[in-house]
Amino acid sequence: MGIRERLSGNEAVAYAMKQINPDVMGAFPITPSTEIPQYFSTYVDNGEVDTEFIAVESEHSAMSTCIGAEAAGARAISATSSCGLCYMTEMLYVAASDRLPITLAVVCRALSGPINIHNDHSDAMGVRDAGWIQLFAETNQEAYDNYLQAMRIGEAVSLPIMTCQDGFITSHAIENIELVETDKVKAFVGEYHPDQFLLNKKNPLAIGAFGMPAYYMECKRQQAQAMIDAKDVIKKVGKEFGEMTGRTYGLIENYRMEDAEEAIVIIGSSAGTAKEAVNELRAEGRKVGLVKIRSFRPFPTEDLCEALKNVKVFAAMDKDDSFNAHCGPMYAELTASLYAAGITAPKGIDYIYGLGGRDVRVDSIRRVYDELDKIARTGDVGETYRYLDIRE
Amino acid sequence: MSYMKAKDINEHITWKEITKGCEIYEGGTSETVETGDWRTMKPVLHTDKCKQCLLCVPCCPDMSIPVGKDGKRGDFNYFYCKGCGICAVACPFGAIEMVREEK
Repeated sequence: MGIRERLSGNEAVAYAMKQINPDVMGAFPITPSTEIPQYFSTYVDNGEVDTEFIAVESEHSAMSTCIGAEAAGARAISATSSCGLCYMTEMLYVAASDRLPITLAVVCRALSGPINIHNDHSDAMGVRDAGWIQLFAETNQEAYDNYLQAMRIGEAVSLPIMTCQDGFITSHAIENIELVETDKVKAFVGEYHPDQFLLNKKNPLAIGAFGMPAYYMECKRQQAQAMIDAKDVIKKVGKEFGEMTGRTYGLIENYRMEDAEEAIVIIGSSAGTAKEAVNELRAEGRKVGLVKIRSFRPFPTEDLCEALKNVKVFAAMDKDDSFNAHCGPMYAELTASLYAAGITAPKGIDYIYGLGGRDVRVDSIRRVYDELDKIARTGDVGETYRYLDIRE
Repeated sequence: MSYMKAKDINEHITWKEITKGCEIYEGGTSETVETGDWRTMKPVLHTDKCKQCLLCVPCCPDMSIPVGKDGKRGDFNYFYCKGCGICAVACPFGAIEMVREEK
């Protein structure tokens, strides 16, 4: 029935890594993800895992280490944040296009500048087109649960996967958590036995070929298909995880959306705060709901259309700005999804919020619903590109 | 999933058929790829001047100067030669002349 514990998000992810006992970890420390390789290296030093821990000189090298190890046939992991993720970017594309299912724990943090160590999603969103699967966690429990499901998902479609949680908010806050017994974790995650790998001397293999224009697009189309296929795999693994733990996961989570007329779409820890606002407003008789995106890559187009097709108005909550003088990344993809599906009745606005660790409170989210209510009543959308709780 | 050799991968291959991540299920596949087709200058060997000193052989960055079992160099392998001209500079006897490639 699970093990009751209280852990920070970083401890929970490190503990999941220990239970899985992967083959190789290449890592370089950066706040707020530093604790993950720190705790894990303790497990290595204590002989609790037999992972090869490679302390490298940069995140670029950390990801290169993972690429080499995974190509060799090993299960490789890393952890990073913020500019560390930026510094990995070149190699993130290589990992994805070489179809290597590496698992990366991302603890989301703002990018400079101004220099800031606190949470937003600009790091993860900055690499959203690198070809990695991206799962986001609301709580410590979800950070742990997502990590246990990550390898099953990535390895099924031969794509690397990052499990993202919010820096400090979940990574350092200690919460009650239910851990899965290690024997069950091992049975659920399984071993990694790729068909082809570099250290297989019976079948020589070349990885990372040069692709001339005559081949490059065919490779990319096949890579795109793997991401399309990942949608069903994420749902299947999330359902199977639910059968084991009672906690079922999909691409999105609908919260009090049954008859909702006003909805917000949100990612990560602020969903918890927003659910509290929804509860308060529901108690006051307002028909409000919330959609939480768990999988940003693949983008859950069909599920979001289904969830939002009957609302009058919605707000996309972006914890990152694209600086396109228009909107954040989630609003762009959400509205594109609705338009492509012919769903044009709901009015939608975008809120950039919580940048660089700016506190997001229940009242902040209530103000968003108040704006949505105004739009629903007047039909006037006004400015769609907004900053939440900004001092004017 | 297809486990193709380099010779089976050509410009008619579809995205469903191409190997995962452009993997090639054998080693040493550069031998099968013509890398000399963008040459603008090419080396020509004047056998009357060549002393078979073989200084040119290790200077070639590719595999364009074959050496036979008799220990003597043969004519250029233009399948790989990109016309860099290093061999012509290395030759102490003026036995290698760079000429314009005509196609």
